[in-house]
Amino acid sequence: MVKLEPTTPLQGATPVEVGTMVVQEVGDLRPVTSIAPYPGRQKAVSDLLKKAHGITFPKPNMFLPGKEASCLWFGRDMALLIGVVPDPALAREAALTDQSDAWAVLSLRGDGIEAALARLCPIDTRLKQFPINSTARTEVAHMMSSLTRMSETEFQLMIFRAFARTALHEITDAMEGVAARG
Amino acid sequence: MRITCPICGERDRREFYYSGHAMALDRPTEDAGSDAWDDYLHNRDNTCGEMQDLWYHEMGCGAWVVVTRNTATHEVIATKLAEEAAS
Repeated sequence: MVKLEPTTPLQGATPVEVGTMVVQEVGDLRPVTSIAPYPGRQKAVSDLLKKAHGITFPKPNMFLPGKEASCLWFGRDMALLIGVVPDPALAREAALTDQSDAWAVLSLRGDGIEAALARLCPIDTRLKQFPINSTARTEVAHMMSSLTRMSETEFQLMIFRAFARTALHEITDAMEGVAARG
Repeated sequence: MRITCPICGERDRREFYYSGHAMALDRPTEDAGSDAWDDYLHNRDNTCGEMQDLWYHEMGCGAWVVVTRNTATHEVIATKLAEEAAS
């Protein structure tokens, strides 16, 4: 019997280092579950999240990091619960969908990474405008994405799994442009 | 052109998909008659100046937004969630 090994969307393709910048796949971000509260049930969902996982439902454009469970705002009336399997009680108040294998997750870091992002993305990602734990649903190289600032020097980018290699190519291109011309 | 999404904040126009006049939210009743339905489905004013239209925050949070804007100056005057505008 052949034993199949699961692979991540960018298995073996990262890290890519260009100048001072690095892009690297985050392969162990799982489980990931989208939580879409039923109409008017956002407070109930937030209370349940607090009770079960010690975290609340995030406000728009916010990432709430935690030791085990993190919660990432992911669009209108939607958030991602990352790191834990959701408490089944949540299913009464919200639609839960397993997203663990649906998204490619990339860590983008290093000096100049904002300049690389500026070539791909229409939002201002500088620290002053996009502080730590800010997140946005926005476009990166014409692809729908979720972009989050994790620290002063690191961003987390989520892209549809099917677009992972295109995204990596576009990001590498942008980093090469920044490294060559500033 | 910059559009303020009521959820995400001010964003570039390219994150949005344009979907025509906001009158699409005022659906006539089933027995409103063929004139009302003809207007609703087909007839639009070609406004030079202020108008309201629907934009979808496709590359962002996924909200439908009613945008009041000036077609002559491209000024965006106001935005509102379509859900609120329709209720």
